[in-house]
Amino acid sequence: MLWKIAFRNILRNTRRSVMTGSAIAVGALALLIFGGFISYIFTAFETGLVEHIGHLTVFRSGYFEFGAGNPAAYGIDNYQSVMKLIGDDPVLKPMIRVMTPTQSLVGIAGNYSGENDAAKTFLGVGLVPSDRQTMKQWNEYGVAQPFVPDDRMTDGAPQRGLIGEGMARILGLCAPLQIADCPSPKPTVTAASGPPLNSDIAALASADQPAEQTAKPELPRIDLLGATANGAPNVVSLEVAGVDRQGVKELDDNYVAMPLALSQQLVYGRGEHKITGIVLQLQRTQELPAARARLHTLIAQHHLDLETHDFAELNPFYVQVVRLFSTIFLFILIIMATIVLFAVVNTMTMNVVERTNEIGTIRAMGVRRNGIRAQFVLEGLLLGAIAATVGVIIACIVVPLINHGGIMWTPPGNSAPIPFRLLLPTAKPALLIGTWLGLVVVATIAALLPANRAARLPVVDALRHV
Amino acid sequence: MNDSPPVVRLDHIAKTYRAGAIEVAAVRDISLEIPAHRFSMIIGPSGSGKTTLLNLIGCIDMPTGGRIEVVGQDVAHMSDNALADFRARSIGFIFQNFSLVPVLSAYENVEYPLLLVGMKPAERARRTQAMLEAVGLKDHARQRPNELSGGQKQRVAIARALVKEPDIVLADEPTANLDTATGAAIIALMHRMQAEHRTTFIFSTHDPQLMSHSEATFPIRDGMLVQEGHA
Repeated sequence: MLWKIAFRNILRNTRRSVMTGSAIAVGALALLIFGGFISYIFTAFETGLVEHIGHLTVFRSGYFEFGAGNPAAYGIDNYQSVMKLIGDDPVLKPMIRVMTPTQSLVGIAGNYSGENDAAKTFLGVGLVPSDRQTMKQWNEYGVAQPFVPDDRMTDGAPQRGLIGEGMARILGLCAPLQIADCPSPKPTVTAASGPPLNSDIAALASADQPAEQTAKPELPRIDLLGATANGAPNVVSLEVAGVDRQGVKELDDNYVAMPLALSQQLVYGRGEHKITGIVLQLQRTQELPAARARLHTLIAQHHLDLETHDFAELNPFYVQVVRLFSTIFLFILIIMATIVLFAVVNTMTMNVVERTNEIGTIRAMGVRRNGIRAQFVLEGLLLGAIAATVGVIIACIVVPLINHGGIMWTPPGNSAPIPFRLLLPTAKPALLIGTWLGLVVVATIAALLPANRAARLPVVDALRHV
Repeated sequence: MNDSPPVVRLDHIAKTYRAGAIEVAAVRDISLEIPAHRFSMIIGPSGSGKTTLLNLIGCIDMPTGGRIEVVGQDVAHMSDNALADFRARSIGFIFQNFSLVPVLSAYENVEYPLLLVGMKPAERARRTQAMLEAVGLKDHARQRPNELSGGQKQRVAIARALVKEPDIVLADEPTANLDTATGAAIIALMHRMQAEHRTTFIFSTHDPQLMSHSEATFPIRDGMLVQEGHA
């Protein structure tokens, strides 16, 4: 009977209920749209990171804090046996999608082949191209851009790599690489006396290349100068197969990707070839804590001088973005909750005033104070539930329409615009249920204040009310 | 004469309202006993305190002095919840302005008091239907109060008051909002129901038509009992 009375009382003053319900429904819609937007950003961001750097990277202890200044000093010894240990582990094996070695390095990249001699410090990464291609197909949430196979770097081309577009511009490779909207530098004046030092570097690099590699004139070539682990200078030559745009300019201006073997040759020369990290891409992100815990167990059991870091630790920007959008969402949530709170309080207060005589009547008939309180709280709850459900249904209709609206935008960290997408409310049950439940709870709490007022009314005063 | 013990005993009852700094004595030192199974009337002009007295008997207001015993219970010291439960079990109300729950049908309005005493659905349905039939509203069971005439509303109110078979039915000017013919019909109905259910009816009224049916009359003026009379 209580539910019946509550429902009918909501319909009693239709206009008022519709206005209050609209505030709740719009609140639900706004929260689900913005929640869907940030959820999409989080998952797309996570997908982008996991495609490139995996879920977890195993480093030698201390690399994360100090290794950037001297990657060679933090190489993982005998890394093949460590990878075998991880790959053969029965707990980790089903979780791991891709396991691949990586070598970070720093040095100076130079283009001494054209009319514009140019050199630039670089941040390099040595990788296994086929593994990286597999990694780029990770799409747990279905938000990744369609995979386009990239054969510019292959396992069969040990001298071929990619550079950032900024790096290409600085080294004067825009024209050879046929990059659109990429200006070339003005020709520089060479020194008048003696052969330039960079010619020596180029000659040294060429001398170290296999004959078949030097015989391919179609790709521009840059020289990479670095220091080996024992401090000796070393140089290798890299065929630049194209550019790999990085979202951040500082990284784009410094980025060089090369085959692992070439990076090891530059860093370790003829010594033992090590790596700076073992990248693990898991089947699913939710397995990350378990995989990490298992790795720590293995590391401890075998007394390995290794540590692990996940993609969020390696990319503080990801954490910052998550925090920023979560704070904005919280802000919107508070605003919506406040609007709903005041709307429901106002409506229920008017209901109490209008039904004062009725309250007196049913109190006289034997309804306890708590019965009156429950009646009005139930009405708030029911109003909140109906309106929030309407909001959810509208969101489920509107979100796909927005997704198919062809809106483009450039998110932070991206170098090119991408389609504006919202995660469907049904794809994020926690957001959907949380929004619905949150609004219903706010509407219920908002009804408490007028309900208490109604419950405290003296019966005779209520009966006298006209 | 009625040999049953009185259903209501008032012993030096007083009720004073405070309006700001002014104290208004609505009821002053009233002592009376209302017999069971009778048609009793508290009569007096407007503002004499008869509604206040009815409210005190109905346990919806508490006296500022004296002792009230209703159906053998000293109600002045009962908690609010205990009073609500007592009212739900033992007292039925009929109001001047009918006071039906507007969102409920005639049937649901009559059924409502039975829900408060936790009656089982089958028994509830049987009693509700029987009561609606008794007041001649069987065919109006599904109608909401706004679809009923004044007389029909008061019939629903009578059915609602009697359906739980209370010890007392309190009726505050039940014919005041009805025309003479409808008022007479309602009085006749209440008389019949009282006879059938042997319920104690206590009225507050200044309607001569209703007063003519009184079996025990309690006239009050300025909050005081003028004289106690029995028919």
